Amino acid sequence: MTAKISYDAVEVGTEVPTREFRVNRADLVRYAGASGDFNPIHWNEKFAKEVGLPDVIAHGAYTMAEAARVVTEWAGDPGALVEYGVRFTRPVVVPNDDKGAVIEIGAKVTAKLDDEARTVRLDITATSAGQKVLGRARAVVRLV
Amino acid sequence: MALDQSFVGRTYPPTAAYEVGREKIREFAESLGDANPVYTDPDAARDLGYPDVIAPPTFIFTITFKAAGKQVVEDPQLGLDYSRVVHGDQRFEYTRPVRAGDRLKVTSIIDSIKSLAGNDILSVRGEVHDEAGDHVATSFTTLVARAADAEVEESR
Repeated sequence: MTAKISYDAVEVGTEVPTREFRVNRADLVRYAGASGDFNPIHWNEKFAKEVGLPDVIAHGAYTMAEAARVVTEWAGDPGALVEYGVRFTRPVVVPNDDKGAVIEIGAKVTAKLDDEARTVRLDITATSAGQKVLGRARAVVRLV
Repeated sequence: MALDQSFVGRTYPPTAAYEVGREKIREFAESLGDANPVYTDPDAARDLGYPDVIAPPTFIFTITFKAAGKQVVEDPQLGLDYSRVVHGDQRFEYTRPVRAGDRLKVTSIIDSIKSLAGNDILSVRGEVHDEAGDHVATSFTTLVARAADAEVEESR
């Protein structure tokens, strides 16, 4: 509703600094409870391995949510998000130790879409352990 | 076995209303480690022009995914093998953020069914409306039911 970034101040190429988000097993259990997605691949190592995964993996929607934070915090208002989409290209593997996994998220303004609606598109990059984990991650944000 | 194309366009009845509570939003934001006060402090939300706390943008997925799961994925006539379903991609279009006090209903629609290399790819749209019937958001979910993998099957 009230983004804190001015449309006029943004240019194609404007970058949102890359941030690191750490995720461990306890985070996944908390997210499972909060989201209602109790699929055991997100908390049960034995089950995850039985279905062919290397270990427990983060919920795709969890990674998607962390990626959104880079945009919502940049815009200053989560309600300024008009559209947001990702493709889940590779799972974030979360080992059972106190370090967990690290997801690195950055974004860049790739288009000024509509001068009247004051909307811009950002392309988001998300990697974990050096691998791209989200594909075609894009957000459309309405600025002031 | 490929899914029946005649399910494309099928619209499921709207779900019972999901009542969004402040504490549920807080729990969701905390699970993400997201300390943005608009998710927990009504005054901070009002400063941005909202009547109450709002939910993080992906919160809506918890509601639309439940609807899609209960109605579409578990539709015995469709016959999707749930044990092989993974989330392929996800997109949202927002009219406004979800906020505490909302009573939201989801209408799930099967947008497309494709078969690719033995995988069934199902696109489900979830139209979310509030109690007044106003549009809040649309969720576009692609679910992939992976082809049966002999090795995986054997290890079970």
